[in-house]
Amino acid sequence: MKSVSWILVIGLGVAVAACPSNPPPQNTTPAVDTAAENQRVRDSIAAAQAEADRLAREEAERIARQREADSLAALSRNAEGVRSTLAAMIHFDLDKSNIRSDDMGILDQKVAILQANPALRIRIAGHCDERGSDEYNLALGNRRAQAAKQYLVSHGIDASRIETQSWGEEKPLVDGHDETAWSQNRRDEFEIISGGDNLRRPS
Amino acid sequence: MLERWNECTALAFALLSIIPSFHLSAQDTSTIDRGVRIGIIYRPGVRPGLVMLPRKGGGLDSVRAMIARDLDYSDRFEVISLPGGDSIRLATSPPTPSRTTGTRRSTGSSGGAQVASAGGGLNYPLYQALGADFALDVTAAGDTTVATLHDVAAASIRRSVRASLPPPGDPDFRQAVHRLADQALQAALGTPGIGATRILFVRDGKVYQIDQDGADMKLVSSTDRQAMSPAWGADGRRFAYMEFQAGKGWLFLQDMATGKRTPVSTTGSALDFTPAFSPDGQSIAFSRATEEGTDLYTINIKNNCCLRRLTVGRFSDNLSPTFSPDGQRIAFVSTRPGLPQIYVMAADGTDQQLFAPFDYGVTGSSNAPEWSPDGQSVAFHRDVAGTLQVFVLDVRTRTVRQLTSVGRNEDPTWAPDSRHLAFVSDRSGYRQLWIIDLDTGRIRPLLQQSGARLPAWSPRLSEAPSSTP
Repeated sequence: MKSVSWILVIGLGVAVAACPSNPPPQNTTPAVDTAAENQRVRDSIAAAQAEADRLAREEAERIARQREADSLAALSRNAEGVRSTLAAMIHFDLDKSNIRSDDMGILDQKVAILQANPALRIRIAGHCDERGSDEYNLALGNRRAQAAKQYLVSHGIDASRIETQSWGEEKPLVDGHDETAWSQNRRDEFEIISGGDNLRRPS
Repeated sequence: MLERWNECTALAFALLSIIPSFHLSAQDTSTIDRGVRIGIIYRPGVRPGLVMLPRKGGGLDSVRAMIARDLDYSDRFEVISLPGGDSIRLATSPPTPSRTTGTRRSTGSSGGAQVASAGGGLNYPLYQALGADFALDVTAAGDTTVATLHDVAAASIRRSVRASLPPPGDPDFRQAVHRLADQALQAALGTPGIGATRILFVRDGKVYQIDQDGADMKLVSSTDRQAMSPAWGADGRRFAYMEFQAGKGWLFLQDMATGKRTPVSTTGSALDFTPAFSPDGQSIAFSRATEEGTDLYTINIKNNCCLRRLTVGRFSDNLSPTFSPDGQRIAFVSTRPGLPQIYVMAADGTDQQLFAPFDYGVTGSSNAPEWSPDGQSVAFHRDVAGTLQVFVLDVRTRTVRQLTSVGRNEDPTWAPDSRHLAFVSDRSGYRQLWIIDLDTGRIRPLLQQSGARLPAWSPRLSEAPSSTP
């Protein structure tokens, strides 16, 4: 197999060698100092790139701020949504237990609800898709539940208000054997243990 | 000019796009771990030939069929078909009795009976010509069933094994027959068989047992809660398993005969899982998942004391312990290299080190280790190209070899002979239990039901019947 790819590499070399050596037509006027001109062009491209990067960064930050503000605002507007917001799941990449950036807003909402309801206690259950090893998935599901708990605790929620558990791959949300099902099954679920009778919405 | 240049570029890119695919296929054969051998070496003809003597009636047809199947499933004999179509395979497949077969069978058996009755000997030269080293004759003598093993080359009876079998339908009938088969196998080869063994497995969150020949499937877990990870005690009289309860993982011990179950004393406070009995039955090792991750513990179950933590993996998970048969070491899974891989330590938690070699960044996750009863191997499964395959680690040389390649294959468990493995495979289209013989490579399905998983093969069960030399 190796020799085949060597032959191909040689073939590639031959093909490239057969190409015209200076293909792009030179249409610029010879009077201009090309080195200085090229430097100027490179500088302006770099400057434009830096400006574009800065704008993109600002835009991303603005969207993040807006998303947090929007989600909290939506939460305040809709008291009935508190319970369902609290139950909103977060999802994970394959064999990973880190909180995805697009799920942080969901956890931020839970932080706000937990802060507004000091008696509220919740349980976080980590789940996995069916692809990994059955028993290893119990450890992985535990990591996923712990990751969400860590996030809530690091945002000021008392650790004693949060229990965790892992179901591994034993309780799939969606039956199916493709990425559509798997991506939904790699999740944390949130349920109320106590103090959920008269939930106040975050102010 | 420009057009031509573009053509050349296109050709170059076309070639470039071919090369990586060749590199990929080259990698397929070159990314195997050093020391890995794929495939099974099968040397036909080295196993002794065995012929099961056909006889008619005596109420022993089912006994003969069961014994013949146990000897066949032991994969230690070349099973010889008798001329005229009488063979073990015929005897084990009752649904195909055609008129001609029936006639031939009765002819053959009456012939055999005549030979046997004439002077107590067989037509040894005939069976020797057929390639038989052994001939097994199962007869009734009053209430006793006698299995007579003939040494064909020596032209004599090697041994007669006697058993008082319970009546068919008795709960112990099949096990008693399996024990008789194991005795016959021991008489022939000097090693005990695996006829009288069972396999525990999980299906729909419940624990079931099934005989190694696929008969007598029975529910054994006694609650409606979801269970996982059954594990046998070394004496075969009890098993441990994990059960989900109120957000925790509970470990239970259950008596095989009575069904009585007892929670392990320290359980109920956390997610405890993957229990494993120590060979002396005094303690179990298990995994406990907490805020810090998952770590291994042992607890003395005889005195309900002495919980001991074996691993401290603040940034890694440690799970799935399995004792060496001498009880001195524990193999387990650890994620300390980033992905789960197979590690080993002394049973007190010291001397932790990598057990099954892997190529960092290349080899996939490795899980579900089980130490073989002879201590020489550890079976486990490993992620290969997005699916799972069964591997065996040679404990002495620390080399691994891949056993399976068809479909997804996982959770291997050793038979007490250390040459058969039961495992989960979807090779037939759905996940079910299969058994592979490592020596011959022969694979057979254990049961035809989907969703069976997490198998655990028992030690040899119960007392053997008395025998006369």
